[in-house]
Amino acid sequence: MNTAINNRHNRVRQSSGDRVFDFVVTLIGVLIMLIVLIPLIFVLSASFSDPDLVLRGKVLLIPKGITFRAYTLVFENRDIWIGYRNTVFYTVAGTAINILLTIMAAYPLSRKEMTGRRFFTLVVLFTMYFNGGLIPTYLLVRNLGMYNTAWAILIPSAISTYNLIVAKSFFEQSIPQELYESARLDGCGSLRTLISIVLPLSKAILAVLVLYYGVAHWNAYFNSLIYLRDTSKHPLQVVLRNILLLGQTEQMGSNDVGMGEKIKMVEAIKYSVIVVSSVPILLLYPLAQRYFVSGVMIGAVKG
Amino acid sequence: MKKFLRAVRREYGLYLIFLVPLVWYIIFMYAPMYGLQIAFKRYNARLGIWGSPWVGFMYFRQFFDSYYFKDLIVNTLVLNVYQMALGFPVPILLALIINEIRYRPLQKAIQNITYIPYFLSIVVIVSMLKLFSNPDYGLFNKIVTTFGGTSADYFAKVGAFRSLYVFSGVWQNMGFNSVIYIAALSAIDPQLYEAASIDGASRLMKIVHISIPQILPTIVILFIMRIGSLMNVGFEKVLLMQNNVNMEVSDVISTFIYRNGIQKGQMSYSAAVGIFNSIINLILLVGANRITRRLGETSLW
Repeated sequence: MNTAINNRHNRVRQSSGDRVFDFVVTLIGVLIMLIVLIPLIFVLSASFSDPDLVLRGKVLLIPKGITFRAYTLVFENRDIWIGYRNTVFYTVAGTAINILLTIMAAYPLSRKEMTGRRFFTLVVLFTMYFNGGLIPTYLLVRNLGMYNTAWAILIPSAISTYNLIVAKSFFEQSIPQELYESARLDGCGSLRTLISIVLPLSKAILAVLVLYYGVAHWNAYFNSLIYLRDTSKHPLQVVLRNILLLGQTEQMGSNDVGMGEKIKMVEAIKYSVIVVSSVPILLLYPLAQRYFVSGVMIGAVKG
Repeated sequence: MKKFLRAVRREYGLYLIFLVPLVWYIIFMYAPMYGLQIAFKRYNARLGIWGSPWVGFMYFRQFFDSYYFKDLIVNTLVLNVYQMALGFPVPILLALIINEIRYRPLQKAIQNITYIPYFLSIVVIVSMLKLFSNPDYGLFNKIVTTFGGTSADYFAKVGAFRSLYVFSGVWQNMGFNSVIYIAALSAIDPQLYEAASIDGASRLMKIVHISIPQILPTIVILFIMRIGSLMNVGFEKVLLMQNNVNMEVSDVISTFIYRNGIQKGQMSYSAAVGIFNSIINLILLVGANRITRRLGETSLW
């Protein structure tokens, strides 16, 4: 990320008061960093530690009695695998649909040649402030016959108006009008202009959209909860909810261990389940944070 | 209209491309608004939205007269105001702190690390809260007992629900929400700071008299938008955190709608509650916008 943060004003000679200020600010900064990091490190080290030691509260930041048993159990669990597969599908297919529809809306709305675009923009924007809400949408999805099908996950959330506005602002600001004019002179139609001129110049916004939508799909659980009845269709987050919050871990762990041992493993599994489900998103993170930030910037220009 | 039709003929490609998303908006955004009429009807799945008989404001009256009406409003507002009181200023403060740190690698590190939790799912965040609240070995209790407190299962404590909700939200979102302010801070003209230094301003004075006034328009815009969703709590998170013990403080309008509509099938009644919620939001948004415009600050429209 390239935020040119203002440091220049500090070059002027420092008074002792400013030095104290410097110290305090740095201290607070480090403290904030620790507050964010400690819970994350704790989960990670607990997931690798001997469950016995975790349960006795011996593990804090450094894993103790390193073992991969919890991970072995997690990967032996069928539900997790099914959830993983479903989530990958919903994320890939859902994001593809999102990008397609968002571009198809944002591009025309960004073109000055489109008479009535003010009205259409208003039609789109209005839904950010007022919408039908949960119940009518739920009834609609049921009436369309999407209940308990993947469509219910992919289609009703096909466009996020916020992302659409971000994309529209990007097109307006970074594609010069002259480009459209010369494309027209060369006999390019609107669709052709979009595909061979606008999109190649819009890699940054495409990356932003892929990440915004992708992360949202990966982390979504609510629509699956209300629209999908079959457990075989549930995404990872719903499986996680069942294991972590509703405590459905009975099927985990082999039968040859005693009850006490089982309870211990159940707790240890929870930490590794968290790690296993979050790793793909966090691996994306170095790339993601850069584009996430630029997305915020584009969106900020015209909220 | 004539002009519009001429434009459609000339630029039919653009309109053709826009047609698909427009149809999507009509079906998935505007049709549910039309479907809201079930709030004024006694919805019957067999008769459908159109065929169900009208009942007027019956469901609204039923909601206003219900004994839980006041509790729901109070819970929703308290949770939201609490969240806003902390969740709104913290990212601003974080941005100011990051902006003031002079050691570049540390500055970068704080920024990059505070974004991480934003990427975790709500299910994971709530699970962490539950695991950390374990009275025997949870992280919270280890910290509490280190400082001489007594351990308790915070996740199952009525009094702790709101704080857990708000603080975990701040923890998760402060980094990401500070980005916009950091950008605004970096756009400030350095000459302002130089001039202030020559006049002998301390760093704190520069924050108060330059940094904050300069990012005020950004703050105002975000504040109005936040007010507009004052009645919208992070519904999915509340739902995950809800249990029989904390119900008296955790039941908010949106979870009430979910429970009565989706789970118990009282579609009309829930839709009426939903409309009530949306209208209050709209009034708050318009009101906040009007007030800030009158104060001569930036406004949304």
